[in-house]
Amino acid sequence: MINTQENSNNAEWTEVIGPKKGLFDINLMELWRYRDLILLFVKRDLLAQYKQTILGPLWFFIQPLFTTLIFMFVFNRIARIPTDNVNPILFYLSGITLWNYFADCFNKTSNTFVANAGVFGKVYFPRLASPVSIVISNLAKLAIQVVLFLVVMSYLIFTQGLSIHINLSILLLPYLIFIMAVLGLGAGIIFSSLTTKYRDLSFLLQFGIQLMMYATPIIYPLSFTQGNMRTLISLNPITSIIETFRYSFFGIGQFDLMPLLYTSIFSFIVLGLGIIIFNQVEKSFMDTV
Amino acid sequence: MAVIKVEHLYKQYRLGLVGTGTLTHDLNRWWHKVRGLEDPYEKVTVANKRTEKDDSEYVWALEDINFEVNQGEVLGIIGKNGAGKSTLLKILSKVTGPTKGDIKVKGRIASLLEVGTGFHPDLTGRENIFLNGAILGMTKSEIKSKFDEIVAFSGVEKYIDTPVKRYSSGMYVRLAFAVAAHLEPEILIVDEVLAVGDAEFQKKCLGKMKDVSGQGRTVLFVSHNMTAVRSLCTRALLLKQGGVVLDGDIESVINSYEKTNAENINQNVFFDSLETALGNDQIRIKSISVTPDEIDLEDEILISFEFWSLLPEQKITLNFDLVNIREQTVFSSATLVNAFASEVATAKCTIPGHFLNQDVYYINVYFFTEEMRPIFNKRELVHFEVKEKERNYAYFGKVNGVVRPILKWES
Repeated sequence: MINTQENSNNAEWTEVIGPKKGLFDINLMELWRYRDLILLFVKRDLLAQYKQTILGPLWFFIQPLFTTLIFMFVFNRIARIPTDNVNPILFYLSGITLWNYFADCFNKTSNTFVANAGVFGKVYFPRLASPVSIVISNLAKLAIQVVLFLVVMSYLIFTQGLSIHINLSILLLPYLIFIMAVLGLGAGIIFSSLTTKYRDLSFLLQFGIQLMMYATPIIYPLSFTQGNMRTLISLNPITSIIETFRYSFFGIGQFDLMPLLYTSIFSFIVLGLGIIIFNQVEKSFMDTV
Repeated sequence: MAVIKVEHLYKQYRLGLVGTGTLTHDLNRWWHKVRGLEDPYEKVTVANKRTEKDDSEYVWALEDINFEVNQGEVLGIIGKNGAGKSTLLKILSKVTGPTKGDIKVKGRIASLLEVGTGFHPDLTGRENIFLNGAILGMTKSEIKSKFDEIVAFSGVEKYIDTPVKRYSSGMYVRLAFAVAAHLEPEILIVDEVLAVGDAEFQKKCLGKMKDVSGQGRTVLFVSHNMTAVRSLCTRALLLKQGGVVLDGDIESVINSYEKTNAENINQNVFFDSLETALGNDQIRIKSISVTPDEIDLEDEILISFEFWSLLPEQKITLNFDLVNIREQTVFSSATLVNAFASEVATAKCTIPGHFLNQDVYYINVYFFTEEMRPIFNKRELVHFEVKEKERNYAYFGKVNGVVRPILKWES
């Protein structure tokens, strides 16, 4: 009698806080319930970034412009790496714009636990809210840099009579960005989970992302590579994104659905894996961070 | 109806730094787990005794905690530093997970382990209200509907569009607490947040917390401030070294807590015979005692001295300093005592009631000859604590000042 009563009582508990979570015990609905928090985090990141600056978001123009100029000088003028007959400014700027978004997502989400230890140690909310908000707030920077790219492109079309070959694949642009966000977030949260206790990997990450850029066709077109090298670089999931982006504006490079499919599957697997690991770590990372 | 049920809860912590040593332990633990064996480090985990140095690297911050909380109850959790109070609250708040055991919960929990969590210094008061509210679990529309109330409660209307980094620390805390006070969870967990703010604001906060419990919501409250715990809570848990030592009504738990604290307070010293008594070849102390045993602010305090003088002089100067726990000398007082060789000499000193503030005090004793030649002295011979048992106004913090006389006022 007493037993049955206890059982019926147990069913009423809305939550059980226990030592372990199942591998797939992932509560994405909860994350959705906290969507207001995610948006407020985005707003905070955007507002806080420009407080007490005069130029504000203009600073986002400066970094890609200077990088483009340096790439042009070093890789185009000195190293004479071809740009597939595309204006070198547009070639580098397009690569840098997209690459920056991926690198920022990866980099900034990769220290979620360490950077937020103060807040995470005092209050519970779905920890994923933090990295997800980072990926969203980076979109603002990406948007500004895409505008910069379009402005530079229009300028070159009108002053130098540049001809470009925009085609329908440009409709894929939102999807390209989405896939980069998925990959950046997934890779970032895997790293953040692995570095809560042993920080060694975060040293690797810093220059790892830098080196990875050279394994992506940012400063050279994929067509410039050959043989094994080409296979290797095609295995880099970002490659197909950059190539598709350039194809949609300049009509050059490789456009194929297979590599894009590969990138999509790869990215979702990384994100899925990331969420599983993150979910396991978030429970007790406060004890080891 | 129980809304929280804690069953066999354990929390293990590892001491020391994270380094290559921890990697070996992690690998070993993983290897045991793979083979289906139990955690090899669980057996070497010792009870949580902060002051004793032990060889074990692992301690139980919480050990086999069991309790239930009913709806509408205000449960105080008390205990000394390191007893496990904050660890328990952290697990309840889901900030960290337990090592073993579980907690069953009915309803939404909001926890207030700190005021102003997630405040961004560059954002304005308005922006921070929304941010902090969302971090604490409110939705944007909930915050919007309570926004005016929050601002009014905080009393910082004028600065609401100024970045919070320009706020005084008092304003910052007020705004932060105002947000937290407007949470409407079924279960509220509060840790020592009343230690901040001025008297007026504390009064407001306590009033708000009483309202919360009045609405049938459950509150778990951790504090070192027994006056506040006594006024808010109906039931208390006493934690000691990671375990629950007492669970019961508020008065009996607090009394027991104060008694365990008093064990370290030595209100009397006493020696049977001249031979074993404390002193030297000129003076031997027989006893020093402070009465009554439990001292309230209003009580007269009697300090009695008994000693043997082994000197030919007939008069001995007895001097004592009354020092509080922060090493401030409250006063020094002396008297001449008639002392005949080998007879017990006595002296008594009365400290009036309504004079000392609530605090722990100790006595340093000095003996001199009539000509003020030092004979013997001893520091920290006896301790006593002055407490405030009842208070009939709404401020629960310690009243400032070394002394606390009742003064004549005209108004």
